[in-house]
Amino acid sequence: MGVSLTRAAEWTTASSDTGKLEFTPMNESLLKEILCFVEQFTSQHPQEAEHVFEEPLQWSTTLVASDFKTDYDISDAAVESHEKDSEGHPLLQLSPPTVCVRSFSQLSKVVHLADDKLQEVRACLQENRAPVVKILGLSFATALEREDAHTDVLSLVDKVKEEDPAKDTEVMVKLFVLLQNMDKQIISKLLAEISEQVVLDPTAVKNEVELLQRLCSEGDKRVLKSLRYTSDFAFSNGCHTALWRQVHGEICYLVIEPCDTETLYITCSTAGVFLNGGIKQEGEESGYERTSDMYEDLVTLLKSRSPHFAENINKQEDFAVQELPSTQKIQHVEPVDGEEQGQPQRSYEQQEKNVHEKLRQQHTANKAGGEKKYDPCPSWKNLCLLSTCGEAEEKKPSKSSGEEKKRLRPGAKSKMKAEFSVSSLPGRRSSHKIKTSAGAMPVELFSESSTESEEEEEQPERRPESNTDLPSEYWQIQKLVKYLKGGDQTATVLTLCAMMDFNLMQETCQLAIRDVGGLEVLINLLDTDEVKCKIGSLKILRKISHNMQIRRTIVDMGGLQSIVKILDSPVKDLQALAAETIANVARFRRARRTVRQYGGIKKLVGLLDCVPHFANLTANQQKDVEVACCGALALWSCSRSTKNKEAIRRAGGIPLLGRLLKSPHENMLIPVVGTLQECASEESYRIAIQSEGMIRDLVENLSRDKDELQMHCASAIFKCAEDRQTRDLVREYKGLQPLVSLLNKADNKQLLAAATGAIWKCSISMENVAKFQYYKALEMLVGLLTDQPEEVLVNVVGALGEFAQIPANQATIRRCGGIKPLVNLLTGTNQALLVNVTKAVGACATDKENMTIIDQLDGVRLVWSLLKNPGADVQSSAAWALCPCIENAKHAGEMVRSLVGGLELIVNLLKSTNNEVLASICAAIAKIAKDKENLAVLTDHGVVPLLANLTNTTDDRLRRHLAEAIGHCCMWGSNRASFGDAGAVAPLVYYLKSKDSTVYQTTAMALYQLSKDPDNCITMHEKGVVKPLIHIMDSDVEALQEAAAGCVRYIRLLALANLKASLFIDNP
Amino acid sequence: MLPWQRHVNIVPVGDLSCARVSEMSSMNRKVAQNFAEIISKQVEHFNKTETEYLIREFNVLLGEPTNPRRAALGMDRGKFRSILYNIFGMTDDMIMDGVFRTFDTASDGFVSLKEWIEGLSVFLRGTLDEKIKYCFHVYDLNGDKYISREEMFHMLKNSLVRQPTEEDPDEGIKDLVEIILKKMDHDHDGRLSFEDFEKAVKEENLLLEAFGTCLPDSTSIERFERHVFKELE
Repeated sequence: MGVSLTRAAEWTTASSDTGKLEFTPMNESLLKEILCFVEQFTSQHPQEAEHVFEEPLQWSTTLVASDFKTDYDISDAAVESHEKDSEGHPLLQLSPPTVCVRSFSQLSKVVHLADDKLQEVRACLQENRAPVVKILGLSFATALEREDAHTDVLSLVDKVKEEDPAKDTEVMVKLFVLLQNMDKQIISKLLAEISEQVVLDPTAVKNEVELLQRLCSEGDKRVLKSLRYTSDFAFSNGCHTALWRQVHGEICYLVIEPCDTETLYITCSTAGVFLNGGIKQEGEESGYERTSDMYEDLVTLLKSRSPHFAENINKQEDFAVQELPSTQKIQHVEPVDGEEQGQPQRSYEQQEKNVHEKLRQQHTANKAGGEKKYDPCPSWKNLCLLSTCGEAEEKKPSKSSGEEKKRLRPGAKSKMKAEFSVSSLPGRRSSHKIKTSAGAMPVELFSESSTESEEEEEQPERRPESNTDLPSEYWQIQKLVKYLKGGDQTATVLTLCAMMDFNLMQETCQLAIRDVGGLEVLINLLDTDEVKCKIGSLKILRKISHNMQIRRTIVDMGGLQSIVKILDSPVKDLQALAAETIANVARFRRARRTVRQYGGIKKLVGLLDCVPHFANLTANQQKDVEVACCGALALWSCSRSTKNKEAIRRAGGIPLLGRLLKSPHENMLIPVVGTLQECASEESYRIAIQSEGMIRDLVENLSRDKDELQMHCASAIFKCAEDRQTRDLVREYKGLQPLVSLLNKADNKQLLAAATGAIWKCSISMENVAKFQYYKALEMLVGLLTDQPEEVLVNVVGALGEFAQIPANQATIRRCGGIKPLVNLLTGTNQALLVNVTKAVGACATDKENMTIIDQLDGVRLVWSLLKNPGADVQSSAAWALCPCIENAKHAGEMVRSLVGGLELIVNLLKSTNNEVLASICAAIAKIAKDKENLAVLTDHGVVPLLANLTNTTDDRLRRHLAEAIGHCCMWGSNRASFGDAGAVAPLVYYLKSKDSTVYQTTAMALYQLSKDPDNCITMHEKGVVKPLIHIMDSDVEALQEAAAGCVRYIRLLALANLKASLFIDNP
Repeated sequence: MLPWQRHVNIVPVGDLSCARVSEMSSMNRKVAQNFAEIISKQVEHFNKTETEYLIREFNVLLGEPTNPRRAALGMDRGKFRSILYNIFGMTDDMIMDGVFRTFDTASDGFVSLKEWIEGLSVFLRGTLDEKIKYCFHVYDLNGDKYISREEMFHMLKNSLVRQPTEEDPDEGIKDLVEIILKKMDHDHDGRLSFEDFEKAVKEENLLLEAFGTCLPDSTSIERFERHVFKELE
């Protein structure tokens, strides 16, 4: 009775003592059960019925003195029973309107006498909120409340006897057992009824909340200001409310700010959605009561409360479709009795606010007939009756699809709904499926998270959504933690061993350990001197630290420092366990920093010192190898932070890693190579990897039959092969062939990405390209251009770009059908990919036949439009690719003109601040300007002053292409003079002093063009152009000789003309 | 005194049990060396010289016998326990008695010289298998080859802090015993046989000293060995 009353009954105000039992179907049923119990009590248990209560039950009754008959002393309005207790007090006393009753026999008599029996029971319970305490006394009552109370009834008897031997304990215990049984019966009966019907479930609410949350943030289209849960914590059954509120079917509390009205505080319960008394935060002890009508879902409630919402929600184009799953769920409101079946099915669009309310009232009215009611509470099923829960879950979808059709009435609206619900059903089911499967395989989730890197820090906490976990584990773990707290070292070790038997890879257990305060104890144990406790604690921590939230908490509690300290322990098992745990914990940046700051990197590097590659190791040396392996694992995790890479290097880690690289064991090699490839992002490591001779080992391990190892090796080569010497070494050690053969493992995308990356970087050396051609790498690469993830594509296309530097390969790419997929990739968004694609397309475009295909596929326009890309790398790469395209296209001039706005775009890019972009654009302009008409357009767009502005640069690469562009742009109108006016000539003269031959080559050409304007000649001459030009005339390149000579000629001509003129003026 | 503690444990007597301290105390170094040679061949983990030093340590610890007749039998319980307490930091009476019982293979109430060296070889340098046997013997309080519920309860009864609020202060211990049985009692007969114990410890080494510390930690081993063998270095 105690439990069912305090937990199951629905009180109007949960916190106050004077609350009333609500008129809900559940309460009605509860009262009836109790009434029945009391009525039959005297006949069934005469002895217990005589037992005198500890305190009287007291309430205001409707009975009056005249109702009582024999066995009672009646004087005026007051009544006293003949039955008396041992001290002579009457067991029943009535002084209207209050009645005091002190035994069950009297209690059942009262009930017999009363007209409205239920009302009597109700009043009694309302005024005696803790009837069991009054009946049996406090100690019994608390025992009754305890879950496992039945196990120690006898001990309780002993105890009560000790305290008060005079009491008739046996009767009390019997009474107690009776009450307890009744309690259980009531609850299970209620539950059985509850689980019959479900209106809303946590998933439905969650979906709706997520949907509405999306609508909060859409600028002027938004329909709500904000929507949040009072508590983000969700139980495994999806409820956000405290357990004792879940009993009432409450799923979560929301705080919603509509755009037009005041903030709404909403309770979502399984019965429906209603406004509450204003629950702002989790754990507020008031405001649970309902202050509005009951609505079937959030949208309906919001529509009625916020006109703005109602108005705008229908405008959300996709909302109608999205919200269907939630409306469909509401269809579970099934008519129960004949009367209701006669009612027309209410459609969602009708917005009948009080649907639920009316239905509820009808149910209450029908209560006397023993009708079922709906007050569903899935959370209960999850808590207590897991098996039935599973059944209900399974039944639900089929029920809704099958019965829905049956129940449909004629009418357009309901027809429409039928279509909705049927069509939306598969989607909902599949989403449901995904969720459970994710919950059922948490281990898989974790293995995924092992590859997560820096971004982990930004991820929000993931909450479990599965319904598959057993809360019983939670209680068991809680008990174990209690023993951990109060145990000596023997008990602690035993408890830790017991805890290891739980499935610690399961999120339920992991979070349970955290939530019951176990993590703190485990971390505290690390600071003790007890080796065995520390080992036990670490064995648990290394498992549960696979969970991201646990990792966070460990770091927050300062546990990582203790773990780092243990690395110094002389006990090797401890060192290994600590390192393994660090490997798990250091998956996010703050943890890695902590490891470094507490000197962990140095200690971990110290663990690497062992002799890994001797055949016959002593047991001790074997242990050293194990420790080193764990150390490498930890360093691998830590090496994701740049500063840690540096710290590993300074601690002397590189030679040690190099030594371990010769290990024959794969489980050692994977973390070692993993660390190396992670660190190879640093120049210092790349140099060391090469100089310490590790390339040889990396290449050798490429041929091992272990995907992960091969992947890390390839990845390390990928990062190191930026260096020419490394590329040569890879070839020397015969690493190219294994790389190519890795391309066959197309299923493992990570491996494929690493292998193609290594091939890309290695193919920067033309000697390697020749080898790759021999192994038919190019054909395979072209085959990988489609249906691959971007990280693979980037590398494949990068490699193609390098391969295509050789003309023969350009033709091969075409023959293998590679041009089309390449051009298709131009429409992507991945910056790295676009850089490589444009480069590859550019390289292919140097072949005339390829160019024809590219042109047909509209590739030039695609490349050109990439100039609009915000990334400077993409811009420059696209501009470079344009050069061969324009050069080799058949009708280049027309093609360029056909691109509306293209020329303006390119001229504007001259305002870029990136030298590479500028150089590439200049090169492109030089090509475009070969067409006179296009040059005219460029000029109109103000290309001359923009180019002139750039002339002060010291970047030789830019100088070269700038001079080329200026040279070509001189060919139109008064551009030569304009360049002179803009001050471009003098800087160009200085270019001739550049050591880069390509610079003065193009500069000479440009000067030759500019020198056709006499004013420019004067400037040039003033700046001393003649002497370097005479040097250039010495060049082997004819065009250059010509240009230099031509320029000098113009200067000379001008001088002559001047001379003539002055002579003419002097001698008229 | 509990019934099973009075129970006498019958264990085969070693063939060198005749080497009693009466002879030892009067023995000269030469004789000690001979004994050391013979014993070291029968005992694992110690070489001859080490055995010799352990014999010497035995005599030092025994000191001058007050009662020559008793000394003849070897080290008595009290003396042995004080060594466990002072040198190896053991505190639990029941466990110390168990250790004594395990050392005293002859069950005559005294640890003889040979028993001393045999015991120490496991105590200080035993392999896992030897230690499993040793620990099981220590925990088998009544020597019936099983660790029963009651024995476990007895050994663990002080291992949890009692919460005064609880009705049954022993509830935690009882529960702990059940947890252990669930974990270690593989044949489900409600008690731990040696096979149960061995299997569980092999699975999880931490369970070796499941019912109380009965082996010295590495630091006290190191300290003791340094002290005894100091002249060897």
